Amino acid sequence: MDAKSAAGRTAGGLSIRLRTVLKHKTMYLMLLPAMVYFIVFKYIPMGGILIAFKNYNMVLGLWDSKWVGLTNFKDFVNGVYFWDIMGNTIILSLYKLAFGFSAPVLLALLLNEVQTQWFKRVVQTLTYLPHFLSWVIVYGLMVALLAPGDGLINMLLKENGFAPISFLTESAWARPMVVLSEIWKDIGWGAILYLAALAGIDPSQYEAARIDGASKLRLLWHVTLPGIRSVVVLMLVLKLSHILDAGFDQIFMLANTFNQDKIDIIDTWVYREGLQRLKVGLATAVGLFKAVIGFGLVIAANKVAKKFDGQIW
Amino acid sequence: MTNLTFGEKAGQAVVYLVLTLLALLCLFPFVYVIAVSFTPATEVMRRGIVIIPEKVTLAAYKEVFYHHGFGQAYQITLFRTLVGTALNMLFTVLAAYPLSKKYLPGRGVFLLAIVFTMMFSGGLIPTYLLIRSLHLLDTAWVLVIPTLISAFNVIIVKGFFEQLPGEIEESARVDGASELQALWKIVLPLSMPVLATISLFYAVGHWNSYFDAIVYINDTKLMPLQVVLRNILLNLQAQSADPAANTEYVSTAALQMAAVVVTTLPILVAYPFLQKHFTKGVLMGSIKG
Repeated sequence: MDAKSAAGRTAGGLSIRLRTVLKHKTMYLMLLPAMVYFIVFKYIPMGGILIAFKNYNMVLGLWDSKWVGLTNFKDFVNGVYFWDIMGNTIILSLYKLAFGFSAPVLLALLLNEVQTQWFKRVVQTLTYLPHFLSWVIVYGLMVALLAPGDGLINMLLKENGFAPISFLTESAWARPMVVLSEIWKDIGWGAILYLAALAGIDPSQYEAARIDGASKLRLLWHVTLPGIRSVVVLMLVLKLSHILDAGFDQIFMLANTFNQDKIDIIDTWVYREGLQRLKVGLATAVGLFKAVIGFGLVIAANKVAKKFDGQIW
Repeated sequence: MTNLTFGEKAGQAVVYLVLTLLALLCLFPFVYVIAVSFTPATEVMRRGIVIIPEKVTLAAYKEVFYHHGFGQAYQITLFRTLVGTALNMLFTVLAAYPLSKKYLPGRGVFLLAIVFTMMFSGGLIPTYLLIRSLHLLDTAWVLVIPTLISAFNVIIVKGFFEQLPGEIEESARVDGASELQALWKIVLPLSMPVLATISLFYAVGHWNSYFDAIVYINDTKLMPLQVVLRNILLNLQAQSADPAANTEYVSTAALQMAAVVVTTLPILVAYPFLQKHFTKGVLMGSIKG
């Protein structure tokens, strides 16, 4: 008796659920293309990480290639290139954090001091612009200014009796070029969030401090900076969680055989090794290695960010 | 502002000076590149550095379009930007609308599945092998289909839909409108700000991306603008170091810079819209969707 009624209840529950699903069938139909897209183009490649554990052979394909366990990972960690590309990736990310992260904060603080509205708008308009250009175009501008033969700066150097500098092909210049071009491209853009945070500071706080006789510097220290602290910390945590993404589109454009030793990062290496030298298993393993660490860092960052009363995604 | 101390006045002066320099630094490369692209090779040889050319020539632009496949590349880029963005918007809205309905059973699972793809991916190689087995290599569609829906944009649009007042939509549904009709006639007209922002996100992304074409396309006839520009910049760079390469009427530099200008122009033309809507988008993205 009991079992029977329980079964009846479950069946009833199922049919109720089925009915709710049918009631919303248009909604599910709308969602269907997106689900197909994410399964095919995101989740199937996730299944493809099995290749990392195989000696992948293009002819045999995924299923028939031989299992090799962790060999690809061991090859990577023991490879001569391991410390080079890990080092390049992390060093570039840290440079970008140190300079590329603070530049927009500084710009926002400077813009915040400007009382002349038209001037502020002109500066914002001009500094936001480079963000919308591709790295190919930015590289084109760099060629115009920095090329050894007829780049503007080198022509100036030569006219004044100095030797030209190979900014774009010398390995000593590679990292400074990556960091400087990134700052140039995104300083204005990065400032937008901080400007919004600055605009959100309650003006009465400034009034109160001013009545107490606080100088401009003290206002900056006691009102302005605390007012944007949480946004800055949040952005910093987010940036830190992407420490293994040193900026593929940019570096793929800026790197060449001459300067590659200083700026060859995990992503560019995976591309070369996997798609040009066809070491598919090894390259997939390295990609997976990076994706797993990146995933852990993003989860950790979100935990930290929650403590600061905000969420990243 | 008369009661500023000397130190504060000096501080203000420094602020204005630094910002002016920075703004000029952002503007100057464009001015210079445009100047170079219009300067005849003979004038560069005679005068050295030319910021304002005495004579203006279109020779470099003609060369770019006649001999470097820019016409063809423009068509490919226009295709991926227009058709790609239209499809992006269609499928993003279709996904975001059901996900914005809190009553929809299974909504949480779908959302999690989408958000997860923002944090973890199979990576370049498995994606390449998938594209290959779908026979998308060396087709124009490979520039559109693999980036059909951005998870991030779905979350933003969904967040916007959730904030809309539900009453009008409900009354329309009571009057017998279907979900699709409610979406089309009521929700979308109210969502124009977010739709404008997101479509510009997609469009600029399409215009600017170059790596997918490098990986997935070998056929030179299918190369988008950015890839052709990249080839011009990289292949001619070696030559430009050699002054002998500049003996023709069009200097290598002028040719490269004409290519840069042609690729940048649409972004510059659209910039007033881009600035307005993107700024909103940055702030939308920062609020949890």
